[in-house]
Amino acid sequence: MAAMTPVSREPLLSVRGLSRHFGGLKAVDGVDFDVPAGQVRAIIGPNGAGKTTFVGMICGRIPPSAGTIRFDGADITDMPAHRRVLAGIAYTFQITSVFANLSVRDNVALAVQRRHVGGKGGRLSPRAFAAEIGAALARVGLADRAGETAGNLAYGHQRLLEVAMGLALSPRLLILDEPTQGLSDAEIDGFIGLVREIAGETTVLLIEHNMPVVMALAERITVMDQGRVIAEGTPAEVRGNRTVQAAYLGAPVDA
Amino acid sequence: MSPAAPHGRVIALHLAVVALLFAGEFVLPAYHHGVMARIMVLAVFAMGYNLLFGYTGLLSLGHAMFFAAGMYGAGLTAYHLGWSVAAAFPAGIVAGAAVSAGIALLALRTTGVAFMIVTMMFAQVGYLLTLYFGNWTRGEEGLTLAPAARLLGPFDFTDPATRYFAALALFAVVLFLTLAVVRAPFGRVLVAIRENEERTRMLGYDTFANKLAATVLSGTICASAGAAYALLFGYFGSTFATVAYSILPLLWVLVGGAATTLGPFLGTLAMYYLIDISNDVLNRHFPDWDMSYLGTVGVALVLLVLFFPKGLLGTLRQRWVVWLP
Ligand SMILES: Nc1ncnc2c1ncn2[C@@H]1O[C@H](COP(=O)(O)OP(=O)(O)O)[C@@H](O)[C@H]1O
Ligand SMILES: [Mg+2]
Repeated sequence: MAAMTPVSREPLLSVRGLSRHFGGLKAVDGVDFDVPAGQVRAIIGPNGAGKTTFVGMICGRIPPSAGTIRFDGADITDMPAHRRVLAGIAYTFQITSVFANLSVRDNVALAVQRRHVGGKGGRLSPRAFAAEIGAALARVGLADRAGETAGNLAYGHQRLLEVAMGLALSPRLLILDEPTQGLSDAEIDGFIGLVREIAGETTVLLIEHNMPVVMALAERITVMDQGRVIAEGTPAEVRGNRTVQAAYLGAPVDA
Repeated sequence: MSPAAPHGRVIALHLAVVALLFAGEFVLPAYHHGVMARIMVLAVFAMGYNLLFGYTGLLSLGHAMFFAAGMYGAGLTAYHLGWSVAAAFPAGIVAGAAVSAGIALLALRTTGVAFMIVTMMFAQVGYLLTLYFGNWTRGEEGLTLAPAARLLGPFDFTDPATRYFAALALFAVVLFLTLAVVRAPFGRVLVAIRENEERTRMLGYDTFANKLAATVLSGTICASAGAAYALLFGYFGSTFATVAYSILPLLWVLVGGAATTLGPFLGTLAMYYLIDISNDVLNRHFPDWDMSYLGTVGVALVLLVLFFPKGLLGTLRQRWVVWLP
């Protein structure tokens, strides 16, 4: 063991002492959190644990009350949200938030063009632009619905469109906030396959209530309760953790 | 909007409208010829307003100040400094760009109703300034430009035909500029901001910067209409800075169809003639009614809400002609 020098690589995302208070409520309370590049990390915890608030601070939607956020070695605590997206952090909303009155194609086009107009990707020909939109839609299985109005899609399809928009940004960190909420079992199976595929190219932060999905996808799990991290470990470790069972699961997870 | 929209058909339609207006020069009777020149300039005002209200979703109640900035920027330099049209017209545009940039930086800190009120208050300040500096502006009475101040090289704007073509030229430039903007990536971002600003921000767009650009572009286009109005028709006064001239472009855009490229022109045309004709009819048949044009406007709005809730072209697009930009 001693012969091997540990490779000390800074994690892709590194959070220290992150807090957010709403009045007297400590929604997130002094969280330390690291995610190495390439990992699929799940964040679980009961409703109101502070998960959405926590990732909201990472992507820049919610300003922290205290603490620091480092992404890829740089302090991004004060970086505006739109610049974090360009830096590679993409967020898909817990409450579906597609552009309901625009076509499915235009929804994805907005994500694709962000990388190319004034972004790093350079200008695209109309043909290449359309091809990228088609590819992003094909990945989530919505290719044949490009012309439909997004608001007319079934709920599950709107969630998938939301994911397609995140993917079209080619993020380095993709944050998915309860992506399977409201999906059918078949759609959930498809979603698991999709995240496995994405996991090869990007780091994923997955907030999820559906334990089979978490167990199928997560390499590591962080458990939050009342604004704090109460446990962190591999799925097997978390499953056996008494505190977690008491605070959140109520019963052994493998039930 | 989408890459699949038929590009050729859209361009052809806009060219046809410009061609029709060109033909108007030769077929319109003198009265309507004069009216049409005015409508084209006012339609430019409406197109500028539409960019911010229709496409970006920001309801301003202060666009009279941008129109007036262009009008006074051109008119005052021509009247007091003896600037030629070639210098006074750009002066009006620069004045409009400066005013809209300054106002945007302050007003865009607010949204919704607050934005409406803030823009209205600023426009009211603008109006009062035109009265306060009455020594130079002659307030409500206004100023009339000498014929010599309305010459651009060989073009004499006191001549109706020249005036008509000048109005048409500005109209065509702004129409195709609007078309280019709303079909460009920038236009798509403006629509996205209108539909869901928070989502747009989380796709990586600096929504404040985009709204700022939209406001300045909108204000500058409206200023070009104001500058053209002063130079083509040779008169400018405080009336054009009143709140009525902030409401009118909103009305024209609502009637013609918000977020349609041709709606502002259609709305301006429809409302201008509606008020004109109904005033005639009412005065002739019911001389003792003494109805103001506001009555006509009210009736028109009720009918519009009932039968064309998205304006003439907006409803047309929704029901039948989906490819309309
Ligand atoms: N904008 C807000 N204002 C006040 N309280 C909030 C706000 N957002 C979240 N909260 C509160 O913070 C706590 C954490 O919420 P949230 O982060 O949404 O939890 P989770 O996503 O884990 O369900 C909850 O008690 C919630 O009511
Ligand atoms: Mg949540």
